[in-house]
Amino acid sequence: MDFIRYLPDALSAWNLLILCIGTIGGLVLGATPGLSPTMAVALLIPFTFQMPADSGLILLGSVYTATVAGGAVSAILVNIPGAPANIATVLDGHPLAQQGRATEALHYCFISSLIGGVLGVLVLIFFTPILANFALKFGPSELFWIAILGVTVIGSLGSKSVLKGLFAGAFGLWLSTIGYDPVMGVERFVFSSYLTGGINIIAALIGLFAIPQVLGMLESAASGGRISEMYDLEKRSVWTSFRYNISRVRALTIGSITGIIVGLIPGAGGQIAGLVSYDQTRKMSRDPSRFGKGEPDGVIAAESANNAMVGPSLVPLLTLSVPGSPTAAVLLGGLLIHGLFPGPNLFTTHAKVTWTFIDALLLGQVLMAVFGLMISRYSRFVTRVSNNFMAAAVTVLAVFGTYSVQNNFSDVMVMMTLGTAMYFGIKLGFSPAPVVLGIILGPIAETNFAQGRLIAESSQGVLPYFFTGTINLVLIALCVGSIGYSIFTEVRAARRRKGASQ
Amino acid sequence: MNKAILRRLQGIGIALLAGLTFFASSGVRAADYPDRPISLIVAYSPGGATDFQARIVSMMAAKPDYLGQPMVIINKPGAGGQVGWNWFASEAKPNGYELAAYNLPHVIAQSIMFDTKYNIHNLIPIANWGADPAVLIVAKDSPFNSVKDLVAYAKKHPGKITVSGAGLYVGHHIATLQLEKAAGIKLTYIPTKGGVPAMQYVIGGKVMAGFNNLSDAYRNRERLKILAIADLQRNKEFLPDVPTFKEEGINVDDSSVNFRGIMAPKGTPKAVVDFLAQRIPKMFHDKKVAAKMKAGGSPLRIMDQAQVEKMWQRRQVYLTELLSKLRKKK
Repeated sequence: MDFIRYLPDALSAWNLLILCIGTIGGLVLGATPGLSPTMAVALLIPFTFQMPADSGLILLGSVYTATVAGGAVSAILVNIPGAPANIATVLDGHPLAQQGRATEALHYCFISSLIGGVLGVLVLIFFTPILANFALKFGPSELFWIAILGVTVIGSLGSKSVLKGLFAGAFGLWLSTIGYDPVMGVERFVFSSYLTGGINIIAALIGLFAIPQVLGMLESAASGGRISEMYDLEKRSVWTSFRYNISRVRALTIGSITGIIVGLIPGAGGQIAGLVSYDQTRKMSRDPSRFGKGEPDGVIAAESANNAMVGPSLVPLLTLSVPGSPTAAVLLGGLLIHGLFPGPNLFTTHAKVTWTFIDALLLGQVLMAVFGLMISRYSRFVTRVSNNFMAAAVTVLAVFGTYSVQNNFSDVMVMMTLGTAMYFGIKLGFSPAPVVLGIILGPIAETNFAQGRLIAESSQGVLPYFFTGTINLVLIALCVGSIGYSIFTEVRAARRRKGASQ
Repeated sequence: MNKAILRRLQGIGIALLAGLTFFASSGVRAADYPDRPISLIVAYSPGGATDFQARIVSMMAAKPDYLGQPMVIINKPGAGGQVGWNWFASEAKPNGYELAAYNLPHVIAQSIMFDTKYNIHNLIPIANWGADPAVLIVAKDSPFNSVKDLVAYAKKHPGKITVSGAGLYVGHHIATLQLEKAAGIKLTYIPTKGGVPAMQYVIGGKVMAGFNNLSDAYRNRERLKILAIADLQRNKEFLPDVPTFKEEGINVDDSSVNFRGIMAPKGTPKAVVDFLAQRIPKMFHDKKVAAKMKAGGSPLRIMDQAQVEKMWQRRQVYLTELLSKLRKKK
């Protein structure tokens, strides 16, 4: 019970202060589009140079926890995911806000984040020795199949029809091939020097979600429609939300378990955790048609998943120095600067620092929920800001957020172009979520396939390499199941329509 | 009336332009250089090894003995460094306020292999801060116990040995090419995105061998066998027992060592370059910098401008020859 022994260290006045600052700062950074958890942690590392090791790590850990949850705030209130991990939150979170239930949606978001997050850290505390080697079982073939599993949910994600969803997903996959290919070393589809670096995920994310939103707001203002969407000021007690949230056992379980598994796998990140758990929750729901129109279960599944990922993503990091997520990779730098080399030593020689850090992660989850729920009360005012001001503010945030990712003006051009195209795409019934998913999964699938093919050609051959091995087979079965179930529900829905019309 | 306004506007415009040029040019005057913070472009993402080290070595810049102004890190990542360095060579102002971090052999190898806007002729090296040699690693349970075992197996089974490394035309790839050439064998190189997955695949047995950074291999030494180091001498501090390739009878030199340092764009005034070349090595020698670099397991190797220039020239000649075969294939 080492983690209880070192709990008082995490609770010292100084460390608690840092924890609070990190959490509040993280919530704000996370809610800013463009400032992803990875960026936030990377930019803070130099500030920890002068701090004692435990305080520095507490700051980084609390920021990591809070930014992941904070990204949901802008997702719910203004339909722009704060980070790729919050894409699935948009799908039902924003419709809830449009129905005047923004505070309620934020309550679900923070309560589910707390539950998922605590479960994730508990996995880190109790199962680290058992799960340490799990990460090493994942090579190119396994990661390829994980990406394909992600691709299977594309079609049904937030689109009116499966066909349009697939088209949007394929478009996203194509966008991801633009730029320099890291395995073959060639440039593809680079027609202009703006595209040398390829399509940055964050730039695409902001463009595809924010710009259509801005144009839509301007359109409704210009056509003389209502200047702002007015609702009665929503009053909802945290306790009511909490009781409802706890009763959604299925969404919470699917979300947390998916998040934990994805966190343990290096190379996959929170975005996949949120999307896969959202999709599974919908498929297992009694009435999947409610999703995408403001179903609380969608928010609960997505947010419990992306926070459940935080703890387990540190398991391979602390034991093998193999990070379980991009943010954990940056955190590795933070550990090294304080002379903490991942490995068994971390839990013996440096036990004090390590356990203080893990305890702080646990406390960080609680503080994140407390502060988050406090902020939620004021969210109702955001929904009352007039469209004109909102459009201006979102545009500024979008340009600023995009430029800050890589300090590159090309990204702003890409963001604006994709966003304007998406505005017309939405009018034709396409949805931004599958496009972004395509951009995220494309490189994972392609790079790992290319690497796997190189390895396979020097050994047993391509087919046996990708189609043997327990993990490969399990993942293939999951892919087949995912596609099969989609077909089954489509056919059933079509039959019902037929039956109803007769 | 309209014409009068136009003329007045024109006048104001010319005055503004003149003012701007004056301000822009005043930055170049070396006497009071530097009078504002200096940007250091890093062509990799925040949190990567280059970014991490650049932040450490530049943290003391504001001290009057060094530059007297802080250095601000600006990350422009993409295409393995090409986006940032292309921008640097074509758009950076040569006024001493826009410097960049270089990685060797990446900068030179990329300028040979790709259609880049940079090459050693339009970049001015200032000073080198670090050197991370590549080491040949295999998993703990691998049948190979020495470079000789690996070479013998590769001779019998050409192309069957998979070797992971952190991407194309980086130090690990150059080391693989050198080993192939020197030992007369054929290997299959698997480029990954960064050094971490390359290491993970070796430990997990997904590839048969790998080239990786000395510092990362050292940290994972419990799970690896480190067969040889691609440098001119052994590393006494971290891996005193690991032989160099030359000791193993294979002619692989230090061309794959990952050197990191600071450079300026061509056209930077000589007075400014001289000032930087004199002060920056001193800044790298700061005790606090050395302590942080050591804590992070990053080997320091400080070289002044003359030494770096010589090294760049040697690399250019050698890499052009080594990569010429690959270039012809295209």
